[in-house]
Amino acid sequence: MRYIRPLSIEDAAGLLAGSTGTAAILAGGSDLLVRMKGGFIEPDLIVDIKAIEGLNEIRETSEGFGIGAAVPCAVLGESKALKKAWPGVVEAANLIGSKQVQGRCTIVGNLCNASPAADSVPALVAAGAKAVVVGPGGRRTIAVEAVPTGPGKTSLAKGEIIEAILLDRRPPRAGDAYLRFIPRTEMDIAVVSAGVNLTLDEQGRVKSARLALGAVAATVILVEEAAEVLVGSKLDEATLERLAKVCSGACRPIDDKRGTIEFRRKVAGVLAKRAAIAAYKRAGGK
Amino acid sequence: MAGVAVSTTINGDDVEYLCQPDETLLDVLRDRLGLTGAKEGCGTGDCGACSIILDDRLVCSCLVLGAEAEGRRVETIEGMAHGDSLHPLQQKFLEHAALQCGICTPGFLIAAKDLLAKNPDPTEEEIRFGLAGNLCRCTGYDKIVRAVQDAASVMKGA
Repeated sequence: MRYIRPLSIEDAAGLLAGSTGTAAILAGGSDLLVRMKGGFIEPDLIVDIKAIEGLNEIRETSEGFGIGAAVPCAVLGESKALKKAWPGVVEAANLIGSKQVQGRCTIVGNLCNASPAADSVPALVAAGAKAVVVGPGGRRTIAVEAVPTGPGKTSLAKGEIIEAILLDRRPPRAGDAYLRFIPRTEMDIAVVSAGVNLTLDEQGRVKSARLALGAVAATVILVEEAAEVLVGSKLDEATLERLAKVCSGACRPIDDKRGTIEFRRKVAGVLAKRAAIAAYKRAGGK
Repeated sequence: MAGVAVSTTINGDDVEYLCQPDETLLDVLRDRLGLTGAKEGCGTGDCGACSIILDDRLVCSCLVLGAEAEGRRVETIEGMAHGDSLHPLQQKFLEHAALQCGICTPGFLIAAKDLLAKNPDPTEEEIRFGLAGNLCRCTGYDKIVRAVQDAASVMKGA
């Protein structure tokens, strides 16, 4: 096995593209090293991307935020500007693992590990986040929901690396929130989760909405019908009931030891309602 | 197979070593450098027994490659006491009998040190959440929490 720490993203992509055996990208390592230890992967090449300039930074621009692929989730929680603009994304990212894991894990790693239960992904999908992908063919920007294609699988081609996650600048009266159900208070994997992102008009009516559910299908799912239910409303009781129904109906969950199909469907509706209420309040809605 | 040459700083000392590319920092510390304070519990980042501080961040050394320590600052349990004088956390763990078998203790001490560095006056709840990445199968945690609270008050007064 070779370990290489390139200094540019182009070199990193080139190394991955030119590798003949199994190649792995190392940022925080909180998934990769566990998979290596368990014998699920035996990389011939590890490309550590942490020495690449800019990948360890959160950049704030006139268009919003760019979060480098090597920024640990703990750093997201320490960024006051990011927390103020996207509290739902930050609370989701900060739910991953322990303090020890927070010091290493990244949202790009969470996305590319492609678990349907990944905590930061529903919040990122709801936020309309984009991923900047660098590869042999150059640079492209895609919606985060286009990255995972199934458990452990992504749409990234050989040699492609996600360089950063982009989040838009927030308009006035905007809020997001993320909630998950776990059977304990912390350090667990979501049984069901929901991320909601809302903007309101001057009257406090929902102007735009995005809602994503986690751990209820093979990938995190964007529930487009949920946006239709929410837009134009002030989250009255009837709207919330319809939202819960639409979200429960959108689930295609599995039965496993952590939750049955029936339980996951029901909880998806409940969490969607609660996350919508939290996002609405953060947007200044009453 | 040729090793990876690494120059790093451990507990303030410049250290150089050769390691295999797939070798964890925990294995380097224990098997190559004789720093056996960090323990291997699970080896998968769940138990916190191998906790160290890497560039001011608390991490599990079982989830870090030895090669990644190049140019960085590593703090381990071996650097916690000053000569014969124990760190207040170590002293309070003894006084409160906050350990039984002791395997988890180095990890708890490092994690508690990191917690108090970032939050010198934590509530009980903040301590319990802050140390949720460290597992202890002996004490039931209560004595550990008391010891950390007591150490926090001593360190504030210092």
